[in-house]
Amino acid sequence: MTSAKRVAVLGVGMHPWGKWGRNFVEYGVAAAQAALADAGIAWTDVDYVAGADTIRNGYPGFIAGATFAQALGFQGTRVSSSYAACASGAQAIANARAQILAGLAEVALVVGADTTPKGFFAPVGGERRDDPDWLRFHLLGATNPTYFGLYARRRMDRFGSTSEDFAAVKVKNARHGAANPNARYRKEVTIEEVLASPMVADPLHLQEICATSDGGAALIITSVEYAKRHGLQPLVTIDAVSTVTPVYPNTVIEMPNFATDSSATVALPERGFRPSITAAVYEEAGIGPEDLSMAEVYDLSTALELDWYEDLGLCGEGEAEALLRSGATAVGGRIPVNPSGGLASFGEAIPAQAIAQVVESVLQLRGQATGRQVEGATVAITANQGLFGHGSSVLIRR
Amino acid sequence: MDGVQAVEGFFDPETQSLIGSKCQRCGTYAFPAKSGLCGNPRCMSDQFDLVPLSRRGTVWSYTSASYQPPHPYVAADPFVPFSIAAVELEAEGLVVLGQVVAGVANADLKVGMEMEVVTDVLYSDEDGNKLVWKFRPVEVAK
Repeated sequence: MTSAKRVAVLGVGMHPWGKWGRNFVEYGVAAAQAALADAGIAWTDVDYVAGADTIRNGYPGFIAGATFAQALGFQGTRVSSSYAACASGAQAIANARAQILAGLAEVALVVGADTTPKGFFAPVGGERRDDPDWLRFHLLGATNPTYFGLYARRRMDRFGSTSEDFAAVKVKNARHGAANPNARYRKEVTIEEVLASPMVADPLHLQEICATSDGGAALIITSVEYAKRHGLQPLVTIDAVSTVTPVYPNTVIEMPNFATDSSATVALPERGFRPSITAAVYEEAGIGPEDLSMAEVYDLSTALELDWYEDLGLCGEGEAEALLRSGATAVGGRIPVNPSGGLASFGEAIPAQAIAQVVESVLQLRGQATGRQVEGATVAITANQGLFGHGSSVLIRR
Repeated sequence: MDGVQAVEGFFDPETQSLIGSKCQRCGTYAFPAKSGLCGNPRCMSDQFDLVPLSRRGTVWSYTSASYQPPHPYVAADPFVPFSIAAVELEAEGLVVLGQVVAGVANADLKVGMEMEVVTDVLYSDEDGNKLVWKFRPVEVAK
C-alpha cells in the first residue's frame, strides 16, 4: 500500500539515556551528529530544524530548535520549537513532516534532549494558584505516580489483575532493554525483585514506575524522493502522525487535572482519549492493529503498558494480562511491545522520548536492533500522550 | 473546623461540599468551577452558576502517596503516608480527586464503595490550619 503522505526517515541517532548531569544541549548535539552520520549527509544539507522543547533547562530549553541549530553552527535553516510535554517529540516530527509534505523543506532534523532533576517531577516554580499542575501538588500531594497508581488499581479491581502481572511487564521490558546499548538500565530483573522494591503509589512499586533520565534522540526526515536519490535501502517511511486532543467529555482522570470532564449532559465520544490517539494513526495510514509488527508505547508504569495493549486494539478490554502472559508482547512473540526496553529501561527524558520511540522503530524495521530484533518487522506504531491532552502516535513502515 | 481554606474557591468548609459550576446554556458541570468558555465544544457559553456538588459518590479508583510529594505540597515532619481516591459523583458525571482522611488505609478501599466529602486539615502553620476537601468512606470497611 502506498500513501501520499509519506516522508522518509533517512537517519536516526541517540545519546544514551542515563543520569549524566550534563547540559542537555550536549545530548541533543550528540544525537543529531549520530543521525546525520547515519543518514550520510552534512549538517549544511539540513533545511529545517524541529526542536522538541524542555521546560527544565531554562531559556535555551524553551527554544530548543534554535538552541540546537546554534550548537551545530547556525547555517540559516528554518526552525521550530515545540512543547507538548511527553508529546513534544511527536509535535516536532509532525512539524517536520508537514513542512516536507508541503514542499517547503526537503531535509529536516528533528531533535529533543533533556536533563532531569532527581526524584519526582515537580511543577515549575512560583505560587500559581490558577495552574492545575501547581494545585494538584499543593492541595492533594498528587504526583505523577498518583495517576499511574489510580489506573493500576482500577485494572485490579475491574479485571482481577495481580501485582505479579504488572511486575511481569517490567521483567519483559528489562530483558529487552538489557540488549539495548542506549538504555539506562541494562539488567534483567525477576518478579520477586520488582515486588520487593519499595511501594510508591499503591499498587505500584519503585521498579514499576519510570525514572527521570537524561538523554537525547534525533531523526533526519526527508522527502521520499530525496531518500531515493540517496539510494537508501531499505526505505523506511513515516506514514501517519497523530497529535490529537481528547474529545469532550474525557472521563478518565488525566494529569495534571483533579477532576474529569462531566459526562452528565454531553454524550460520550466514540472513543476515549488514549484509543483515539492511535485510531487517528490507523485511519490516516489505512491499516489496523492486525497489521502491526511491533509497538513502542509509553510505559510510565507497568500497568499503563497493559492499558495501551487495549487502547492500541491489540486485545479487548480486560484481556491485556492474558496477552502478556501468552508471551505475545515479548520479542519472539506475535506483537512485541517495547522491544527497546521502554521507559522501564530508559526512564523518561521528556522531549526526547517520542523521538526515541521512532528511532527504535526504524532500527527494528531495518533489522539493526541487535539482541532484541523483531524478526521480519515491517510495520511499527508508537504511542504516548503529553500533559493536558496532547496525543502522540507515529506509524512507521518499510 | 477552625482554619482557612488552603486555596479559596474549591469547596465550602461549612457545608462540606465541593463547589463546581453548571453551564447556564447546556447544563454541563465542571470542577473546579469553570471560567472562560464551557468545556462542551458545541456550547461556547461563558455563563455559569456556582453549585454545590453531590456530597456522596463512589470510588473510581484509589492509590497511596507512600513517598513525600515534592513542594508545593506542605508535608508534616515526619511525613505520614496517605491515600488518594478518585470519586465518581453520579449526578454531575464527574470523577474528582481528593486525599482520603487519616486512618483509612488502601486495604479499606474498593472500587465502587460509597464515599463522602468532608472538610479536613491539609497542613498547619504559624497562622493556623489550612483546610481542604477530603474523602471518607460512608461506612468504614471492617
